[in-house]
Amino acid sequence: MRYIRPLSIEDAVGQLAGSAGAAAILAGGSDLLVRMKGGFAEPELIVDIKAIDGLSEIRETAEGFSIGAAVPCAVLGENIALKKAWPGVVEAAKLIGSKQVQGRCTIVGNLCNASPAADSVPALVAAGARASVVGPAGRRTIPVQSVPTAPGKTSLAKGEIIEAILLDKREPRSGDAYLRFIPRTEMDIAVVSAGVNLTLDEHGVVKSARVALGAVAATVLLVEEAAEVLVGSRLDEATLERLAKVCAGACRPIDDKRGTIEFRRKVAGVLAQRAATSAYARAGGK
Amino acid sequence: MAGIAVSTTINGDAVEYLCQPDETLLDVLRDRLGLTGAKEGCGTGDCGACSIILDDRLVCSCLVLGAEAEGRRVETIEGMAHGDTLHPLQQKFLEHAALQCGICTPGFLIAAKDLLAKNPDPTEEEIRFGLAGNLCRCTGYDKIVRAVQDAAIVMKGA
Repeated sequence: MRYIRPLSIEDAVGQLAGSAGAAAILAGGSDLLVRMKGGFAEPELIVDIKAIDGLSEIRETAEGFSIGAAVPCAVLGENIALKKAWPGVVEAAKLIGSKQVQGRCTIVGNLCNASPAADSVPALVAAGARASVVGPAGRRTIPVQSVPTAPGKTSLAKGEIIEAILLDKREPRSGDAYLRFIPRTEMDIAVVSAGVNLTLDEHGVVKSARVALGAVAATVLLVEEAAEVLVGSRLDEATLERLAKVCAGACRPIDDKRGTIEFRRKVAGVLAQRAATSAYARAGGK
Repeated sequence: MAGIAVSTTINGDAVEYLCQPDETLLDVLRDRLGLTGAKEGCGTGDCGACSIILDDRLVCSCLVLGAEAEGRRVETIEGMAHGDTLHPLQQKFLEHAALQCGICTPGFLIAAKDLLAKNPDPTEEEIRFGLAGNLCRCTGYDKIVRAVQDAAIVMKGA
């Protein structure tokens, strides 16, 4: 096994693309090192991306925010501007693991680990986040939801690295929220989760919405029908009832020891309602 | 077998070592440098017994490669006391009998030190959430929480 710490993204891409055996990208290592220890990953090459210029920064630009691939989740929680603009994304990222894990884990790692139960992913999908991908063929920007394709699998080609997650600048009267169900109070993996992102008009009516559900299918679900239910409403009781019904219907969950299909469907609806209510209040709706 | 040459700072001292690419920082600390305070409980980042502070961030040293410490600052339990004078957290852990077997204790002390550095006046709930990444199978946590509360009072007065 070789360990390298390239200083440029081009060098990192070249090393990954040119590696003969299995290669792994190392940022926080909170998934990779566990998989290596368990014998589930035996990379020939480890590319530590933390020394690459700019990858450890959160940048606020005219278009919004750019969160570098090596930024630990703990840092997201300390960025006041990001927390104000995207509280749902930050609260999701802050739910991953313990304080110790927060000091290392990244949202790009959470995305590329491609767990159906990843906490930050439904929040990012609801936020309409995009991933900036660098590869041998150059740069491209793709929606976050197109990255995971199946549990543990991504759409990234050999040599490609996600260098940053891009979040749009906020329109006025916008809010997002993320909630998950776990049987404990902390340090657990989502049984069901929901992310909701709303923008209101000046009368408090929902102008645009995105609803994403986690841990209820092989990959995160962007539920467009649920967003349609919310648009044009002030989140009255009848709207929330319909939201729950649509979300429950959109789920394609499995039965396992952590939750049954029936339980996951029911809870998906409830969490979507609560996340929507929280996002609405954060957007200034009454 | 040759290794990766690493220059780092541990508890304020410049340290150099050679390590293998797949060797964790925990293994380097314990097996190469003789710093056996950090313990291996699970080896998968769940128990917190190997907690250290890396560039002011609390991390599990079992989830850090030895090679990653290049040019960084590492703080371990061995750097917590000043000579024969215990850190207030160490003193309060003794006074409150906040340990039995002691395996989790270095990790709890490091995590509590990080917690109080960032939040000098935590509520009981904040202490419990802040230490959720550290598992203790002996004490039931209550004595640990009380020791941290007491240490926080002492440290604020210092």
